[in-house]
Amino acid sequence: MIRRVRTFAQSAARVRTWPLLMDFAVFAGLIAIFYALAFIARYWSTAPVAEAVIQRSPGALPIYAFYSLVRMGVAYVLSLIFALAYGYIAAYNKRLEAPLIAILDILQSIPVLSFLPGVMLAMVALFPTRQFGLELGSIVLIFTGQVWNMAFSFYSSLKAIPRELREATRIYSFSRWQRFFQLELPFSTIGLVWNSMVSVAQGWFTLMLCEMFVLQNRDFRLPGLGSYLKTAADNGDKQAMAWGLATLIAVIVLLDQLLWRPLIVWSDKFKFEQVESAAPPRSPLLAMLFNSAVLRTVRQRIVSPLSERIVMYLAHQHSADASKSADSRTGKAFVAIPAVVFGSLTCFALFKAGILLSHLSRAEFTLTLHAAGATLLRVTVSLLIALAWTIPAGVAIGFHPRMARYAQPLAQIAASVPATALFPIILIAIIGMGGGMNTASIVLMLLGTQWYILFNVIAGALAIPSDMRDVSDIFRFNFRERWMTVILPGIFPYLITGLVTASGGAWNASIVAEYFRTNDHTFTTLGLGAQISLASDSGNSRLLLISTVVMAAMVVTINRLLWKPLFRLSGSRYRLD
Amino acid sequence: MPEAIIQASKVEKFYGEHDSATIPVIAPTDLAIEPGQILALLGPSGSGKSTLLRMLTGLTSPSAGEVFWHGCPIRDCSPNVSIVFQSFALFPWLTVFENVEAPLKARGVNSFERRKRSLKILDTVGLDGFEQAYPKELSGGMKQRVGFARALVVEPEVLFMDEPFSALDVLTAENLRSELLELWGKKAIPTKAIFIVTHNIEEAVLLADRIIVLGKNPGCIRTDFEVAIARPRERKSDEFTGYVDYIYKVLTSPSQHDMPPLRPPQGPLVPYAKTPRAAYQMLSHARPGGIAGLLELIDENPNGREDMYRLADELSFELDDLLPIVDAAHQLGFLKIEEGDAQITPEGHEFANAEILRQKELFRQAVLSHVTLLRQITKTLEAKRDHSAPEALFQDLLDEHFSAEEAKRQLETAISWGRYAELFEYDADRQRLYLHQAEATPEILSQ
Repeated sequence: MIRRVRTFAQSAARVRTWPLLMDFAVFAGLIAIFYALAFIARYWSTAPVAEAVIQRSPGALPIYAFYSLVRMGVAYVLSLIFALAYGYIAAYNKRLEAPLIAILDILQSIPVLSFLPGVMLAMVALFPTRQFGLELGSIVLIFTGQVWNMAFSFYSSLKAIPRELREATRIYSFSRWQRFFQLELPFSTIGLVWNSMVSVAQGWFTLMLCEMFVLQNRDFRLPGLGSYLKTAADNGDKQAMAWGLATLIAVIVLLDQLLWRPLIVWSDKFKFEQVESAAPPRSPLLAMLFNSAVLRTVRQRIVSPLSERIVMYLAHQHSADASKSADSRTGKAFVAIPAVVFGSLTCFALFKAGILLSHLSRAEFTLTLHAAGATLLRVTVSLLIALAWTIPAGVAIGFHPRMARYAQPLAQIAASVPATALFPIILIAIIGMGGGMNTASIVLMLLGTQWYILFNVIAGALAIPSDMRDVSDIFRFNFRERWMTVILPGIFPYLITGLVTASGGAWNASIVAEYFRTNDHTFTTLGLGAQISLASDSGNSRLLLISTVVMAAMVVTINRLLWKPLFRLSGSRYRLD
Repeated sequence: MPEAIIQASKVEKFYGEHDSATIPVIAPTDLAIEPGQILALLGPSGSGKSTLLRMLTGLTSPSAGEVFWHGCPIRDCSPNVSIVFQSFALFPWLTVFENVEAPLKARGVNSFERRKRSLKILDTVGLDGFEQAYPKELSGGMKQRVGFARALVVEPEVLFMDEPFSALDVLTAENLRSELLELWGKKAIPTKAIFIVTHNIEEAVLLADRIIVLGKNPGCIRTDFEVAIARPRERKSDEFTGYVDYIYKVLTSPSQHDMPPLRPPQGPLVPYAKTPRAAYQMLSHARPGGIAGLLELIDENPNGREDMYRLADELSFELDDLLPIVDAAHQLGFLKIEEGDAQITPEGHEFANAEILRQKELFRQAVLSHVTLLRQITKTLEAKRDHSAPEALFQDLLDEHFSAEEAKRQLETAISWGRYAELFEYDADRQRLYLHQAEATPEILSQ
């Protein structure tokens, strides 16, 4: 009883501090969303303007930022839906599981740009008279950059659900709907939230690519932050570049505060733990939302009754179904027909691709292999440089909590700036200093990927038990012994996790890093990324195909032969527990 | 005899294909759950207790045989049963109330009725006032109360419990047990039968009207008897200890030769069935250190003899802790089991009193003369030119006789014994075994 009185008193106190204000804010937010929807709908239904004139005045930035945000948002929602469906099928369909996961592995290694010509031409052909076609193309491109890791995360969460929880849902004959919302989705939430953050960061990274590109000698420009930055860079307009960059950082920081922080705090509820953690994270904004009367009304009047209706309907359906056993023949046909259709389509596409590749000249093929070698070298060098500075820095930060307090937020902001936006500035600086495209592309890869390693090293250093550090103190380990016996083995699993992500990121970055076009000049260097960009620009689908295949093959091979064994090793020998 | 609610007829579980070599986990078993009874299923680990429970609830289908729910095959009807799980299996993101309400939602009960029934059952199990709490805010005992409330809210005809108290501390478990008995005795719950799987012998004797003891490799019913002690039962009474002692005897008598006398119960003891083919020797998963510790303890007694029940009590071990060690010591010829008493052998006596190097030597002699697998491994390694072999070789051998999981555990135990006996070395990175004499492997020298 005492408990209840206290919580009531607490909530009463909260309600008094910001009741009206909060409701106004939520209300205003809803109206803004409504207006934005109407605005976007009108814009999308206009006739397509493939080559929008991108203004370089700062005044245009808010609307550009808005367009980009909408694109990202729609792409993200599509990714989420796709990821849930894909993960679900992969986890539950025994026959499709292995092929679906293999496909995911390969799709993950294909750079966004390789999808560009196909996606864009298809979308423009589908909606020839509407801006929507162009927009959808751009959205699907962003989608291809962020969906795969989310699908994988959902799949592995589903596979990790403890057996007894599953049995509980079966013994009480939950319907699929109830199982999804009370077991599967909650269990996967934390993984999905973290992967969503990675995905959206990836989206910002590819934004410039997805909003402005050349396709078969046609210039495509969609109004947005990415195209603004690119136009500014093309024209060497430093002031516009600064404005664009500032807007981008502002948007990212705002998103972090208004979206991701509250989401992380909220998702803490879904942690699968039996004991409450000592210091659960907090977010004032989330507390505000929970206390808003408007949202509460929406929940009570609309969401709850609706979900109640659905659950009841399905429960009755379910008990009616339970008496008759499932007809396995229709089940088989259900799987077989799409499988046959999909299979024959794949065969047809393979056949076509084979014809396309048969026209490949020997020179082109050797060039592709050389390019692949060059890019591999660059990826390796950038990873080595990243390791060289992040390991000492990360361990230092992890071992000194006071340093961590300052360094970590700074590093997070630095990491959130998409390297592609900085690229023009860096390129100009490096070329000004007498460096070449080769140096510049390594620096860009480094900028995009070093953070993954740094954050993982910090986490690893924090996880080394103080007992182990005490041991090294007591026995007066020298510098070398300390690193070889305590620190490096201690951070090893984290280091590998960081390296896997960084390596994937570096390959992806090669597309942007090795090829850069301004109005009057094209900077390029030998590399697989440059080749893909060039092929996409010039509409050379043969070259695009072979480069993509080579890149995917290399990434998948490296994953299988290098990272997977290291991962296994880190999970067995270097596990601290 | 009243009609059975659930009837298992010749249910069997095995791994592997139907036609090729199958690995039996549960031998053909008949079992009936009758109304008005608390039925306890006891057995050592690896006897398939949990698997049997899941077949009886319809969660798993048997490899052969059939389970009937009121005479109808269980996979064709939805049986009204619940399970209380060892790990509680609560949804941490739902409040106590939502957890309890969830099964009713699945059955399409309307929200008013749901609320009424959930609050009532929460009140019954003593969780009034905790409706809005999340499971992680509760202690283990409280969580299991939620588990009980969720199981009981659907008013199951049979309440299944899978080691429901083994994740709790002793006092909490005792408290929950007596509350369960009270609810059952007062008929405060409409449940007609309770089926509890446990490895705690005293728990079974305390709760059950009828006890079934399973043997292992493969799982089969050793004995099935009624517990004719009036309630409330007194742990210290002679009747009670008589039953406990009897169960220990059943569990530790490996063959029909040294069957215990059938004193208290009515049911006859079923000797281990003749398995279709000679079963491969199954190692008990005990560490050499544990075996040595047990032998030293028993050897302290004047004539090197100790009652198993007292031993378990003294060590506050449960069945799953003690039996593997006793079994292993027996397998190695260090102990003899006579009517629930452990009698140390001369070898065991010497082993218990030897210093460490001599102990290893004795252990080596014992495993080589008693353990087939270790003999095979040593012979194989001796035959190889480089005196080494991959672990997978022996894994394959075991896979023919055990389920994949058990085969892995068998090999782990064998490797731990073989290393202790200094028969061979094991390189975990390369997953290879090396003969001990061949220690001049380059790695070892260089280190």
